[in-house]
Amino acid sequence: MSDDLIIGKKRFRSKFILGSGKFSLDMTRKVIESGGVEIATLAVRRVNPDGRENVLDYMPESVTLLPNTSGARTAEEALTIARLARELGCGDMIKIEIIRDTRYLLPDNAETVRAVRLLAEDGFTAMPYMMPDLTAARDMAAAGAAAVMPLAAPIGSNRGLLTGDFIKMMVEEIDLPIIVDAGIGRPSQACEAMEMGCAAVMANTAVATASDVPAMAAAFRMAIEAGRKAYLAGPGRVLKDRGEASSPLTGFLGE
Amino acid sequence: MSYRAPEDACEYMPRMEVVDGSLMESVLEAERSFDPGAYTSADVLRALSSDRLGPYDFGALLSPAAVPYLERIAEKARRITREHFGNSVCMFTPIYCSNYCDNRCVYCGFNRDNKIKRARLTPEEVEVEMSNIASTGLTDILILTGESRIHSDVEYLAMCVRTARRHFESIGLEVYPLNSGEYRYLHECGADYVTVFQETYDPARYEQLHRGGAKRIFSYRFNAQERAVMGGMRGVAFGALLGLRDDWRRDAFSCGMHGYLLQRKYPWAEISYSLPRLRPCSSHWEDDNAVGEKDLLQVAMAYRLFMPFAGETISTRELPRFRDGIVNICATKISAGTSVRIGGHSDVKDQGDGQFDLSDTRDVEEVRTALRGMGLQPVFNDYVRSDR
Repeated sequence: MSDDLIIGKKRFRSKFILGSGKFSLDMTRKVIESGGVEIATLAVRRVNPDGRENVLDYMPESVTLLPNTSGARTAEEALTIARLARELGCGDMIKIEIIRDTRYLLPDNAETVRAVRLLAEDGFTAMPYMMPDLTAARDMAAAGAAAVMPLAAPIGSNRGLLTGDFIKMMVEEIDLPIIVDAGIGRPSQACEAMEMGCAAVMANTAVATASDVPAMAAAFRMAIEAGRKAYLAGPGRVLKDRGEASSPLTGFLGE
Repeated sequence: MSYRAPEDACEYMPRMEVVDGSLMESVLEAERSFDPGAYTSADVLRALSSDRLGPYDFGALLSPAAVPYLERIAEKARRITREHFGNSVCMFTPIYCSNYCDNRCVYCGFNRDNKIKRARLTPEEVEVEMSNIASTGLTDILILTGESRIHSDVEYLAMCVRTARRHFESIGLEVYPLNSGEYRYLHECGADYVTVFQETYDPARYEQLHRGGAKRIFSYRFNAQERAVMGGMRGVAFGALLGLRDDWRRDAFSCGMHGYLLQRKYPWAEISYSLPRLRPCSSHWEDDNAVGEKDLLQVAMAYRLFMPFAGETISTRELPRFRDGIVNICATKISAGTSVRIGGHSDVKDQGDGQFDLSDTRDVEEVRTALRGMGLQPVFNDYVRSDR
């Protein structure tokens, strides 16, 4: 049975989404190769058509681009950026990022729901970055999201699955791919997110700030694959600290 | 609407907008309780070990007690910069459009009493200059003028911004403080960022140094960033011209707090700090309060640890060695191909004199190569206009 990651009409083998913009462009190809990456995000604002240090010039043909709307503060600004991405040939998959807080860079869920609707109506495959809030995720699904991307911890913090319990609720309740985005600091944390049933993991800072960037991308690839296998295998029961009663409480039943 | 802080160097002039003064009161209050000499090694180590720094920790990093720990602070500053910005360094250049000035600031080359060659670019010259700058590949420009509402009025600034709109993505202004309605107008013309240096945050010293012109009004200048944000600007930059006052640590502390408190009030505002220190200029200003490279680095690193998400711009007043060193630790934006002369990007005009002397004359390509050589990623474009 195929175990592809399905987003909108596209299918992917790899479940490791790589961020860009935090390591040198010259390294892009090598990092993508060693991570087995099929989807790479990029900030549309870093695209410099016909200009210098243009991120698009460094992305291998094989990779599917996932442009993000970083810099957008409103749904309308997100739409402007998405349309620019389309004009630039980045395709229709868009990671919606709407942020009105420059300190923590936390996403604005309410405005993001509005943006999902606007972008979906415009034909985009909308993938909203969000605070893991089940109600907001349902609203995003209803507005036409193709996947939802809850944060594990504040972006760039490398602090791991701080919001794990809330992401798990989304995994159980939302019939869309749940892609953990932001805050994953180590491969073991990515593995844990995949064991929980997340469809994919996106990492950027954790890879970009490693001493050996391509080697860290490879480590993430393996961890994400391991987590996925474990999820599919169905993790066994974990015994609690206290043992379980040897004579069952329901043992009195006679019929 | 009758607010007047006792620290005002002089009364507001007609048509100067009055805004709520709580931000300035909070910054001045914070500085009054800042005692650089009271910190100990333990305070510095505590600041170094915490994830989120408060004003007290920020003060510790600026204090003399932090000096023995500069290398450790640098390691942490670099790590935090990489986490927030990756290895990216944005490139831009300033364009000086006019050097006429109405003010009498004793330390400044543009002082109206100085006998320097004055000039102002015509609209055609602005077009030529900007076109030349754009041909270097830069997409981010900072428009500067001397502070003259007569020679560079708001319509003149609007002309410069509209011209820039045709050549650049990101447009900043470093001009005299304006009212929020004027900022809104210039924002609608295409400007998104505003830089205003408070110079010194000591109202008494400020009054001594700013002897004439609208700039004498301390609080009107102080509230410029707030009015800019009220006018719709996306980002604002802060700067204290270190060395104007007996203790640069106090000005650095206030400047850091100014950005910190403004962002708390307007959480969406993009904050950045500029890192100027006094350099020799044609005013023959004799400074006794010299700020060394080590001091400037200490300030820059303290800003980084206190405000991890804030941009930091390093001036062309500094030497290439220092600028390259500081972008490797905490600065996130660097100018290149700079000319501080009026008409310095073309041969359109008998050039007007500059405000200060440059210490880094490298062109865009040289700075780009230097950044790449250090394993950093030069960024030419980092902005999508919302009015596309």
